[in-house]
Amino acid sequence: MATRTDLSAPVATRATAPAPPAPSRRRGVNWRRVGNRAWTGLVIAVLLVITIYPLFWMFASSLKTENEFITEPLWSLPRELNFQNYVDAWELGGIGTVIRNSLLVTLPSLFFILALGAAAGFALEVMVWKGRNTVLLLIVGGMMLPLQLILLPLFTIYFRLGLTDSLLPLILTYVGHGLPLTVFLMAAYFRAVPRELFEASTLDGAGVFRAFFSVGLPMVRNGLLTLGLLMFFSVWNDLLIALTFNTSKELSTIQVGLLNFNGEYGSTLYGPLFAGICTTVLGILVVYVFINKQIMKGLAAGSLKG
Amino acid sequence: MDRVFGDKKAIAILLGPALFMYTAIMLVPSVWSLFYAFSTGNVIEGFRPVGLDNFRKLLDDPIVPTSLRFTVTYALVITVGQILLGLALALFYVFVLRRASALIRTLVFFPVVLPTVAVGLLFSKMFAIAPQTGPANSLLDLLGFGATDWFSTGSKAFWVIILMDLWRTMGFYAVLLYTGLLDIPGEVLESARLDGAVGWRLLRHIVLPLALPVLISSIIFSLNSSLKVFDSVVALTNGGPGTSTTPLNLYMFQTSFFYSDYGYGSTLAILITTICLTVTLFLFRSSRRDLTKG
Repeated sequence: MATRTDLSAPVATRATAPAPPAPSRRRGVNWRRVGNRAWTGLVIAVLLVITIYPLFWMFASSLKTENEFITEPLWSLPRELNFQNYVDAWELGGIGTVIRNSLLVTLPSLFFILALGAAAGFALEVMVWKGRNTVLLLIVGGMMLPLQLILLPLFTIYFRLGLTDSLLPLILTYVGHGLPLTVFLMAAYFRAVPRELFEASTLDGAGVFRAFFSVGLPMVRNGLLTLGLLMFFSVWNDLLIALTFNTSKELSTIQVGLLNFNGEYGSTLYGPLFAGICTTVLGILVVYVFINKQIMKGLAAGSLKG
Repeated sequence: MDRVFGDKKAIAILLGPALFMYTAIMLVPSVWSLFYAFSTGNVIEGFRPVGLDNFRKLLDDPIVPTSLRFTVTYALVITVGQILLGLALALFYVFVLRRASALIRTLVFFPVVLPTVAVGLLFSKMFAIAPQTGPANSLLDLLGFGATDWFSTGSKAFWVIILMDLWRTMGFYAVLLYTGLLDIPGEVLESARLDGAVGWRLLRHIVLPLALPVLISSIIFSLNSSLKVFDSVVALTNGGPGTSTTPLNLYMFQTSFFYSDYGYGSTLAILITTICLTVTLFLFRSSRRDLTKG
């Protein structure tokens, strides 16, 4: 496990280390540079095709009619924009239901992971008491425990408590499983806040909770945002937990719903299947367009953790 | 001051909920599953103790070696692929595109955030041969290699899984290593260049040694997540044909929930945990030693 000094405070992304321009000859066309440019262009083009083509193909396929799937090769473009598949996916696959379920699971999980994680990080880093390092180590050690180990006993617990017919098992498991990383990073973020700020707030007569809400939380808000994104994607895209505790079609999340939809109709109804996949991908794309800068920044800040 | 931040009641209120959730969801079940490994049954039929039977079964089970081999091969191939591709992309971002790399970085990263099942289904249709020929096979046909049924044998399906997971994750490792490369001070590169180190030599003697910490954390991260592979396989091949692409993780899931044997399932879970812990600790220790040697 990483020692405490390993995780440096979050750092802002810095400017690229500038490399000197390629040596240029004075006269005539610089063929070497032209060649380099061409190579660069080629690599970029290949990267773009590799990344975008599967997604483009998926979108194009979602607009095709059943007839076009049978009579024309799969790589061909749709003849016209036909959104019937989306209507079918919505009705047959219950895409609306699975998106609602995913939201109902992800948002509360996210809230509790961040709230409990931030409070614990504060208690373990800013508060002064004997044994806090041991407790931190105990919680952080949980990062080493794979999910497989906890699934079966948890199933027994939820079954005995009669929770299996709800989304609660998912939320509880995500919160418990998300906490080790969250507490670890929150403690690191709080460590980066100058201690004088907290001391000054107590001199002004603020209590612990005032110091937490009015001084601590605002100081770590970037860290909270980064962690929130990380946890959002890991909960939203989880399959193992969702599949284990899923008991009925009405309670499926997006990942499980797509899997069921494919099992039921995947070999025959290509169009609606592609439309279903497309809907979930487009949803994420919209989110991603707005927050990708924050993701990159967060990765830069957390990249040194062991 | 110390009285304020040493307030026992406040500590309990702040730490209590998280500690309780962590204990209830992670710690207790982890210990509990050790007990399951010595029994058989499930939550509906009840459990009965069987001593070491599950561990004997583990040694005799013909699926375990197949599954273990698949898991380890997958983890090694995918880790090498992720690190090499990620490093190549990161070098491309830092030294060729430089400041103009933001858009490409963002685009190549996008598949990372997609639901795995969506990507898995997409790739299964792309590599399909029946009932309709997917674009991958059409391309092979066009190039004169001939279309092939990618999901008919385990070894062919293996490469589709690898290809898909590399597509899905290369942007992540690229950005991770990119940030590591950015941390190399510009002056170091500059003076190395003045000393005549360019191209491969600059990479081999300056860039790689300085990027070693982030390379090692990437390798640990990659091995650790690939040894637990589940989503991509479930969505793409569901372990088939037969059990030829069944990782331990999926086998454990099937044993527990399709065959309702929680005891043997827990034994498999313990095997997975042991492998992951051993690999992580081994890598961590050896990387520490290397770093102190300098």
